[in-house]
This record gives sequence, C-alpha cells and structure tokens, in this order.
Amino acid sequence: MNSRRNLALSVLFFVVFVAIWETCVRAFAIPAFILPTPSNIAMAFYRGVMSGIYVHHLWITLLETALGFIVGTTLAFVFGIGVALNRRLEFFLYPYIIMFQSMPKVALAPLIVVWFGLGLTSKVVNAALVAFFPLMVNTIVGLRSVDEDRVSLMRSLDASETQIFWMLRLPNALPFIMAGLEIAMIFALIGSIVAEFVGAESGLGTLIQSMNFTMDVAGQFSVLLILSAVGLVLNKCIIFFRRRVLFWDPSEKAREDLTPAKGGNL
Amino acid sequence: MADDKPMAGGEVIAVRQLSKRYATRAGPVLALDGIDFSVADGEFVAIVGPSGCGKSTLLKILAGLLPMSSGEASLRGTPIARPRRDIGVVFQSPVLFPWRTVLDNVLLPVDVQRLGRDTHGKVARDLLHLVGLDGFEDRYPWELSGGMQQRVAIVRALVNDPVMLLMDEPFGALDAMTREAMNLELQRIWMTRRKTVLFITHSISEAVFLADRVLVMSARPGRIIDTLAVDIQRPRALDVVNSDQFGAYARRVRGGLNAKGGLEG
Repeated sequence: MNSRRNLALSVLFFVVFVAIWETCVRAFAIPAFILPTPSNIAMAFYRGVMSGIYVHHLWITLLETALGFIVGTTLAFVFGIGVALNRRLEFFLYPYIIMFQSMPKVALAPLIVVWFGLGLTSKVVNAALVAFFPLMVNTIVGLRSVDEDRVSLMRSLDASETQIFWMLRLPNALPFIMAGLEIAMIFALIGSIVAEFVGAESGLGTLIQSMNFTMDVAGQFSVLLILSAVGLVLNKCIIFFRRRVLFWDPSEKAREDLTPAKGGNL
Repeated sequence: MADDKPMAGGEVIAVRQLSKRYATRAGPVLALDGIDFSVADGEFVAIVGPSGCGKSTLLKILAGLLPMSSGEASLRGTPIARPRRDIGVVFQSPVLFPWRTVLDNVLLPVDVQRLGRDTHGKVARDLLHLVGLDGFEDRYPWELSGGMQQRVAIVRALVNDPVMLLMDEPFGALDAMTREAMNLELQRIWMTRRKTVLFITHSISEAVFLADRVLVMSARPGRIIDTLAVDIQRPRALDVVNSDQFGAYARRVRGGLNAKGGLEG
C-alpha cells in the first residue's frame, strides 16, 4: 500500500466530510445551538485562543489529570504488588476490589466533590480513583503470569524471593503494567473532567458547562477539539515511554497504537 | 564453593535408594522407586526412559527443586536438600529472559550469586566463543534460532563453573537436524571442559551417542532396570550411529525398555 496515497485519501475524506456537514447544516437551516457548522466552530476556536481563556482552563485540567494519574497509579502499583505477592492481603482486599471494579467509579464524583470541595483536590481524587483500577488489576495479572520454568530456573540458581521479584517477576509484568498505565492516563483525564462537571471553579469541563448554559454550542465543540488533542498527546507520551521500556517485547513490534480496553471500566 | 577437587574417578553425585511418592486423588503414586546410582568425576551419564517414567522428577530432586520422599542424594558428600550453587541446570526449553541480552542472560547466575561481573565477564565471553556465538553478546534472545538459544542456556549453566551439569532433555524441542548438530556440539564442549554431566533424554540414540554410561529407566514406578557402559572411542562422529557396535548398544537399551512395557509407557 502506498502511504502517501493513503494520506492524500484521508485528507480528501476529511475535506469531503466537513463540506457535507457545512452544506447540510446550511441547507436544512439547523440552528447553531443544535449543531453549528464547521466554520462556526473554527471561528469559536479562533476567538477562544485569541482571548486566552483556554490557556488557564487547559492548565488546570492538565494539572488535575497529571496529579490524579501520579497519585492513582502509584497507589495502584503498591496495592497491586501487595495483592499479587501476599495471599492474606489478597484474601481481605479482593472482595472490595471486585465490588469497586464492577461499580461505575464516575458515579462517586458528586460525593467526592462534597467531601473535598470545589477546588483542585476533589478533581485529583476523582482522577486518581478512576486511574487506580486498570493499573492495579494489570499489575496483579502481570506479576502472576510468570512462566513456571523461569521461576524454576531462578530457584535452581539459589535466588532469593527478592531477587526473583526484581530480576523476573517485575520485568515480566512490564507489558501488563504499561498497558494499565495507558488506560489509566486516559481514565485520569475523564475523571477530572467529570469532577469538573459536578462542581468546579475552573478547568475545561467547567468551560464546557458554562458554554452549555449560554448555548454556545460552537464553543463547546472547540473545547472538545482541545480535549481530544490533549488525550492524544497524553496517549502518545505513554506510548513513547512504553516503546523504550518494552523494546524486548515481541508483541510490541506487532502492536497497533489503539489499545484494547482491558483492565476495567470507569 | 568448595575448592578441593575430588580425585579423578571419585564420585561426584551419589544417589541411594531414592524414592518419590505423589499424593493424588486416586491415592499415592510411586513415581520413583529405589533409585541407586552414582556419577564419577568427569563422567557423562545419560538416563533414558519413556515419558512419564519420572526421569524429569529425578532431575528436579537432584537440582534441589523438589523434595524426595525417602533415600538420599549427595553431591561431593554433602546431601542435596535445596538448590545448590555448584550445580548447573539446563532445561528442556532455553528459558532465556527476553529483556536481557545474550551476555546478560549468560551472566544471570553471576548476578544472582553476586560473583562479580568483572571476573566472570571474560569467562562468559570465552564460553560464548566456545559454542560459536562470538558477536552475539549484545543480541536479544528473540534474534536467535532455537539451537543458538539452547547453546546460550548451556553457557549460562557453565558460567559459574559448577561441579556438574544436570540436563533435562535439552534438545527435545529442536528439529532432528539441529538436534544432531547440538549433540556434536555438546560432545565437543564436554571434551573441552570435562564437566560431570547427567543427561536426561527419551532418545535411545542420543543417549548412546553422548554418554559414557547409559542408565535405562522403566515407568510406573520409575526404576533403573539396566546400566551399560558405552565403549565407543571419542570424539564420536555422527555416522557412528550406523556402526554395528552402536547398533548393539541401542538394541540392548531398546530391549530393556520393551521388556518393561515399551516406549509408550
């Protein structure tokens, strides 16, 4: 397949799609507060960028997402190791893990805003909570999926349990851990936006809601564009990191950038 | 590791009345029954038997990975109760870590046993040269063929200079051609290094080709039913398998196995 031709085709597809959208909205006289035209959205985006309101809100959302991601994944990693290696800990924690796992975590957002207020903290907590589960589940599965022959080899060398963990179990779990981190990154972004919807002073989610109240639908679309760009960049960061960590993983070479959503729901 | 080398021909490994019982739902199963043998210093001994005769169980016990039910096994006079640093094990699959380069895989025992990479780095490179893998030090296992991977596994088992090698059907997963090449290779390594080897296989010709002495095992319970010394001059070439002498040895091993229910036991 010719990749340059594919690129041209995909650009053509985009242009045709936007043109049809523009024409339909104009032809059927759809009001702008229902569905704005692409040109309206582009204008709204331009005005927003020029006025500088995006920068502040974007910064707040990014900060919430980053902090939530760091807190959530750190705790998930520690808990995952604990549950994977300690049968007793697993026995006591597992029922709660299962319960939380099957619950939509975003439904907790209103409570968390009540407990932690309208500021940054409640968004970080919500993002951390949503990011926690995919990584914890993947860490447990990864640490447990060690080939018995490899363990036998380490034991035959008279390796201690600590050595088996650092030299075998942890590197062996890395493909699972990286997949968990990838999901956790996007989940953290979703978690902070949902918490902003519930109640916040700033952030892109707050911006969408205030635009919704003023029926500025074109403005909302422009924020959605920013959000998908943010999601894409965050995902690319993780993939960049993953490629460096998992250069040895044969499945890495065959992989698509799209990750199948394993490791839990929201 | 003890420095005192035993006298030439002295016993390296001694197994006395070793038995292994497994508890299963259908009741206890006797996997190994009164195993008795010893391996002399520098000797190459092969154990041949049908699948399920407990030969891998025996090797796991000698590697200290499984407890025995009764009897005793000792290496240079000290009992084997847990994994020992003076035994090198080669498994059926190469068991290389994909995140380690060839050299780092070879140095795994050195890292685990904290022997120091400075002194053993040279040993590792010399051994890789011995098996014809120079230039592959910085490659990763997935870049190597199956035969090359198993050679890395053998080098890894030799790197900390163990007293003896335990090999559990190391070439069982390779195709016939590669397997013959690896048999020649192992003979060459053994003749250079003169390690004591206990080699487990279900291939009669592999056992006769490689070993100074062949122990024949029967299945359920695993017993040693015959022992024969293979008096064929070394180095043995691959076409030795077509000689009458080789045929006679192979027939005797096969006869022992058939008398006890055949290879499909």
